[in-house]
Amino acid sequence: MTQEKLDRLEQLITDRLPELARERLADALIVRVTPETLVATMTRLRDDPELNFTQMVDLTGVHYPQREKPLEVVYQLLSVHKNHRLRVKLAVDEQTPVPSVIDVWWCADWFERETYEMFGILFSGHPDLRRLLTDYDFEGYPLRKDFPLSGLTEVRYDPAQRRVIRQSLQMVHPNREPYQANPS
Amino acid sequence: MAEQKEFQTFSVNFGPQHPAAHGVLRLLLDLDGEVVERADPHIGFLHRGTEKLLEHKTYLQGVPYFDRLDYMSPMAEEYSWVLAVERLLGIQAPERAQYIRVIFAELTRMLNHLLFLGAHGLDVGAMTMFIYAFREREEIFDMYEAVCGARIHAAYFRPGGVAVDLPEGLAERILAFTDSFPSKIDEYETLLTGNRIWKQRLVDIGVATAAEALDMGFAGPMLRGSGVAWDLRKSEPYDVYDRLDFDIPVGKNGDCYDRYLVRVDELRQSNRIIRQCLEQMKPGPVRYESCKISPPRRQEMQSGMESLIHHFKLFSEGFQAPAGEVYVATESPKGEFGVYLISHGGNKPYRVKIRAAGFNHLQAVKRMALGHMLADVTTLVGSVDIVFGEIDR
Repeated sequence: MTQEKLDRLEQLITDRLPELARERLADALIVRVTPETLVATMTRLRDDPELNFTQMVDLTGVHYPQREKPLEVVYQLLSVHKNHRLRVKLAVDEQTPVPSVIDVWWCADWFERETYEMFGILFSGHPDLRRLLTDYDFEGYPLRKDFPLSGLTEVRYDPAQRRVIRQSLQMVHPNREPYQANPS
Repeated sequence: MAEQKEFQTFSVNFGPQHPAAHGVLRLLLDLDGEVVERADPHIGFLHRGTEKLLEHKTYLQGVPYFDRLDYMSPMAEEYSWVLAVERLLGIQAPERAQYIRVIFAELTRMLNHLLFLGAHGLDVGAMTMFIYAFREREEIFDMYEAVCGARIHAAYFRPGGVAVDLPEGLAERILAFTDSFPSKIDEYETLLTGNRIWKQRLVDIGVATAAEALDMGFAGPMLRGSGVAWDLRKSEPYDVYDRLDFDIPVGKNGDCYDRYLVRVDELRQSNRIIRQCLEQMKPGPVRYESCKISPPRRQEMQSGMESLIHHFKLFSEGFQAPAGEVYVATESPKGEFGVYLISHGGNKPYRVKIRAAGFNHLQAVKRMALGHMLADVTTLVGSVDIVFGEIDR
């Protein structure tokens, strides 16, 4: 987004939603919300004719183990008529449920299911919060930083029992991390 | 008369092994007679954890993973990643590299739409279409091979440009291809566009109005088929798209037939874009000339110690990126393909989220399929143009 467009959007947000905490990056505008105000804010962002965020492009989670509220939900909003984008962030801990925005944007359905299965973020009001991408009996939240890259279990055919079994993973060679792990 | 029995819905498993499922889609359908009452797509059979893997790879090592997302339009996926890394580093590719990337992004769009035409035709019963489309796909794959040595998993784009310049004679070959390609598109259209059976199968199937399309998170040809003129190449131009002249085809009714028409017209527009690029392109460097980002040339390495060190550092540790976050989206053949990249400094990303266009489109099948016949579900799944590599990631 160009700087003029970002300036204009920031001005609009300041006028319409002055209570939101803002953060300006070189090419994006971020606002922060709380679980209590999430749905009302999102509805206003969608319905305000000047803001007009009719599309939710993406919804995802990020895990910051060091923080007091270790999980963050990130929404990417887009207005195809005004041609601007906004990033909305929401920090929660593991227990607090995040209200579902499925009534604001229908497409939030699968995004919330995926964020739930990958991070263990609970979405209250979601009609069908099942796992989406991982196996039907998968356990754990794979995109959290404490989940190992190799996973915790492995699946193999057991000739003795004559069926496919799941057992805890035993690696002869551990995963190589030749350079420093990710700074967090 | 005997008492009437109340019919219960009947559940059908469509896939995961089904020729019209376009990969590994398990679609649970509740049918009342032949009418779909509920559709529940189960996905994830091709989930490889790309996002988790990328957190453990350097930025350069990440490039090949993107080929394997949407394996029907590989270079278009690399495009988002390299642009995201470039924006994070604050660098820009040289002009010639930008033209080359646009040429190959548009060739990739042709690859994808040709597969769409072929596979969609095959689903609905137009078998010849498949053979026709693969004839041209073969030629484009040969161009892929000429430029990077691989026919599908190219790994050709690099943060800061492309791996190598076009080999001698390739530009002429692409130009010759674009000369003949419009007549090939006419051939496809004689087969399908006015075809009575094709229209009977496609018109008024899976209708999405503009408001519904926005609500369901559509992008790309799906959104344009519903009448919203939205194309990232125009609205947020990246690389040299702002210097090129092309139109955005838009549909009217938002049904499967309009989406087909939009995609066919996009083939013609891609052809125009490629020709303009070949005209405007000038000789010059094709990668960001800094030994901190691009590997040194072989000749320099054999004579200079410093180049050798750079080479070693670059291919073992990789380059360091500053802390920050970017969301970069490009117009991939299937729609908006976005990369949300968070860096905390260091040589690896902290978190990468891949926003795949097909994810929303497949999700919408469960809403669009309601009330349609079972046979129309095949049309619908074909029309949304899904590839599981990018949906399952």
